[in-house]
Amino acid sequence: MTPSDTEPLIDLAEVGRTYEDGPAALAALDLRVARGESLAVLGPSGSGKSTLLNLLAGLDRPSTGRVTVDGLRVDRLSETASARYRRSRVGMVFQFFNLLDDLTVLDNVLLPAQLAGTPRGKAAARAAELLERLGVARHARVHPGRLSGGERQRVAVARALMNRPPLLLADEPTGALDTASGAEVRDLLRGLNADGQTIVLVTHDLALAEACATRTIELVDGRVTRDDARAVTR
Amino acid sequence: MSARPSGPGGGALGRVVRAGVGRRRTQTAVMVLTTLLSVASAVLALGLLLASGAPFDRAFARQHGAHLTVRFDGAKVTPERLAATARATGVAAASGPFAVTALRLSADRSAPPGFAPPPLTVVGRASAGGPVDAVTLTEGRWATAPGEIVLERGSVPPASGPGTRLTGGSVALTVVGIAESVGESADAWVVPAQLTALAGGRPPALQMLYRLTAADGTAEVAAGRKAVTAAAPPGAVTGARSYLDVREAARQNTAAFVPFVTAFALLGLAMSVLVIGIVVSGAVGAATRRIGILKSLGFTPLQVGRAYVAQALIPGTVGAVLGAALGNALAVPLMAEVAEVYGTTEVLVPVWVDLVVPAGALALVAGTAFGPALRAARLPTATVLRIGPATGGGRGRAIRGLLGRLPLPRPVTLGLAGPFARPGRAASTAAAVTFGTLAVTLAVGLGSTLVAVKTDGDPDRGGDVTVHTITLAQGKPGDPTPRPGKPADVAAVAAAIAALPGTDSVYRTAHTQLEAAGLKGGAPLVAYEGDMAGSPHTMVSGRWFGATGEAVAASRFLTTTGVRVGDTVTLSEQGRTARVRIVGEVFDLGDGGMTLRTGAASVAALRARYQPADFAVTVTAGTDAVRYAQRLDAALSPLGAEAAVTEGSKSSVIRAMQALIVMLTLMLVAVACLGVLNTVVLDTRDRVRDLGVHKALGMTPRQTIAQVLTSVGALGLVSGLVGVPLGVALHGRVMPAMGRAVGTTIPPADIDVYGTPLLVLLATAGVVIATAGALLPAGWAARTATARALRAE
Repeated sequence: MTPSDTEPLIDLAEVGRTYEDGPAALAALDLRVARGESLAVLGPSGSGKSTLLNLLAGLDRPSTGRVTVDGLRVDRLSETASARYRRSRVGMVFQFFNLLDDLTVLDNVLLPAQLAGTPRGKAAARAAELLERLGVARHARVHPGRLSGGERQRVAVARALMNRPPLLLADEPTGALDTASGAEVRDLLRGLNADGQTIVLVTHDLALAEACATRTIELVDGRVTRDDARAVTR
Repeated sequence: MSARPSGPGGGALGRVVRAGVGRRRTQTAVMVLTTLLSVASAVLALGLLLASGAPFDRAFARQHGAHLTVRFDGAKVTPERLAATARATGVAAASGPFAVTALRLSADRSAPPGFAPPPLTVVGRASAGGPVDAVTLTEGRWATAPGEIVLERGSVPPASGPGTRLTGGSVALTVVGIAESVGESADAWVVPAQLTALAGGRPPALQMLYRLTAADGTAEVAAGRKAVTAAAPPGAVTGARSYLDVREAARQNTAAFVPFVTAFALLGLAMSVLVIGIVVSGAVGAATRRIGILKSLGFTPLQVGRAYVAQALIPGTVGAVLGAALGNALAVPLMAEVAEVYGTTEVLVPVWVDLVVPAGALALVAGTAFGPALRAARLPTATVLRIGPATGGGRGRAIRGLLGRLPLPRPVTLGLAGPFARPGRAASTAAAVTFGTLAVTLAVGLGSTLVAVKTDGDPDRGGDVTVHTITLAQGKPGDPTPRPGKPADVAAVAAAIAALPGTDSVYRTAHTQLEAAGLKGGAPLVAYEGDMAGSPHTMVSGRWFGATGEAVAASRFLTTTGVRVGDTVTLSEQGRTARVRIVGEVFDLGDGGMTLRTGAASVAALRARYQPADFAVTVTAGTDAVRYAQRLDAALSPLGAEAAVTEGSKSSVIRAMQALIVMLTLMLVAVACLGVLNTVVLDTRDRVRDLGVHKALGMTPRQTIAQVLTSVGALGLVSGLVGVPLGVALHGRVMPAMGRAVGTTIPPADIDVYGTPLLVLLATAGVVIATAGALLPAGWAARTATARALRAE
């Protein structure tokens, strides 16, 4: 079934997540994110931001409630189905890039396609296109250790977009970058969203949220305390 | 809170050690298991090696066996004078005099022709103990009254034991015990008062048992004999035997074990050292960052080294103690087999092995932990803290890049590239797997050769159906002991066999003992008659006999007598002689490899007395051997003969060897698997972030397992390709050595047991060992929590 374009890309209903005896990381969270939206999730440490991101990525399961992404009940997926879901529908960008140091930039970017079994030529063309578009094509044959932080994050974004996922998840994408590199990444994400890419962005960086997000929510103790379209709390 | 470094077991250092052991439970468990199996296999291997080395000597020493057993004429010397010989030059201790006589003991039923019991040396002795030849009771008790007899273990008639009634001359005797005299001082013992009756009124001979101050060689023993003879009246000594002769005979049995036990023992020891090294150094190497943290808290390099040694020694000690216990437990059944083969009462792992092996293993653990820990501790703290988990970084990037271009699924190419990231670790893992493959190859070769040897080394196992012309009849009601019946008429049996439909060919064999080639005691001879088409024989050289006057001989007969293929041997029986020409060396392990085989016509002139004959019948094609045997048995039963399908040979030596091979191989393979398991655990931990990234990018659990298994599978394949030829080469050296040790030549066909399909199969053993060792950690890798792994430092 192809999800309708009018349906939200993300639909969280009554989602709760508790860890053993601790307090709820998320409590009865309802959240809908439309296609093409860029959602910034703000909140202090321990507010449930990363838990939310993990649930959306299929890396964790809710204790209660439903997580639906692109029409798929993510909370019901098996380990293997979760992996396939991540391959095809989610791209992830991390604070510390999480590039594989022993692979070249090109090999890093190709990896999601190779895991998905994409034909070699098609994957190579897509990787070349992404590296060109993100301005790191000249580094294709070098290893990530030799790149600047901003360049590494660009490579990470290229890798995340390799399989054309409908959803891009970004966890503090500028958290490990200097100001100039942070600005580069900010522009990049804004551009992607302008091209229609749905983004969920977890950050402490208000400037990033203001620049990139079309909507902002704030989590405190696992609950949404603010949900503003086009409004960023300073 | 400040962390004040102090000694292990207390204070900060103690807490660091305890935390290190408790935190890395998998690592700790692997280290316990590795030390356990390594120590167990080393204890077992060393114990067996020592048992193979000198079982006779140790058992002889335990019993204070007699270096010199001297028999005196009871009419020419008094017991008092004999007792004084204990003070002869060179005599350290003596037992006796004991009255002694030769006696044929038979069961209380009429023995059939061909079953005349051999004469036994019966000694009158009040107790089993004494300063010399303290014999060991293995069953029952010592004789305490006339009418009771204790039999030496090697002289117990079939189906006899405590309670069996025997007749010696006109005297009835009841067996009350079975005893073992390693020095073979007697075949049976009775109370001294009984001996006079057994001697038939004649003054019995007297036996003295001596231990000498020096008895290492023939010259020393001969000197002792001379001194004893000089101390006795002239002409009183009627015979003497040196323990060296007994030892030589005993060593024939143990000799076959030595080459392969040595090979396995050395393999086991080498592998134990290697795998302990891999596990311990790997564990310390993986803790570099933790070492940096400890240094930042104020630990000195030496304290860090001590902490990691202690951290490794805790699981190491647990493993070493349990391993020594396991090694001894496993040794019990194996040693029992070995003891049976060696003919000794007990073979145990020496206590010093139980102490030295675990101590050696712990020293190895400490040494391998201390070096890397000290090296890491001497690095600048800031550097160590920056290092973090080792992923291999830039090592082997070029080849890993090339592997990534292979037209294979990406998890496979990532796995193939894995070993190049940490070549040192990969090499040590490969070495462990190579040892494992080598052990498997050697074991399969030894097993195959032993099976072949068992089959080919028994020329008496001929035809599809074997007919015995004498049967064991059931005893009287209430007495379940079977007894031999009267031999059947050979001609009638032959006619019955010929008359039965389905008979293709048949030949008859009869065994006897003849004087041959000047051999002391003569040589066993098997005389053949009939169509020998179904005769199984494997020639070492020459050919099977054909014409009258030709014969074949077993290997040891040829080496003992110096006769060569082509030579003529004179056989004699009570003055009658026959000459046969040896036309071939037959592979024959029976009767100590001393048997001659020839046609009955070749030795007809000797008119020798044969044991009851056997027939070997080959059935026609399409005839069911089992049904044929049943029909033939029914036809022969009225004649007093019996027929049965020919069974394979049974050899306790080979059975014991096979049990040893299986046990030792399993242990070596288990140790190799542990080496792999440890490496994969370390790799998985080092690469946990990478695994998390892969999973975040969509790698499925199955792909993760495939990646991990491929990384070790490739190593396993290479190791297999190295280990198999090494195993084949070792087998090629061990088997001929085993043959030589027992005085025979193993036919090349029985050594060349590795066909191409088997070699290919064995080459996969490396892959099997590697993947078996990696299976568990691969599963753990697949289940790694991705979100946590992505945040791993």
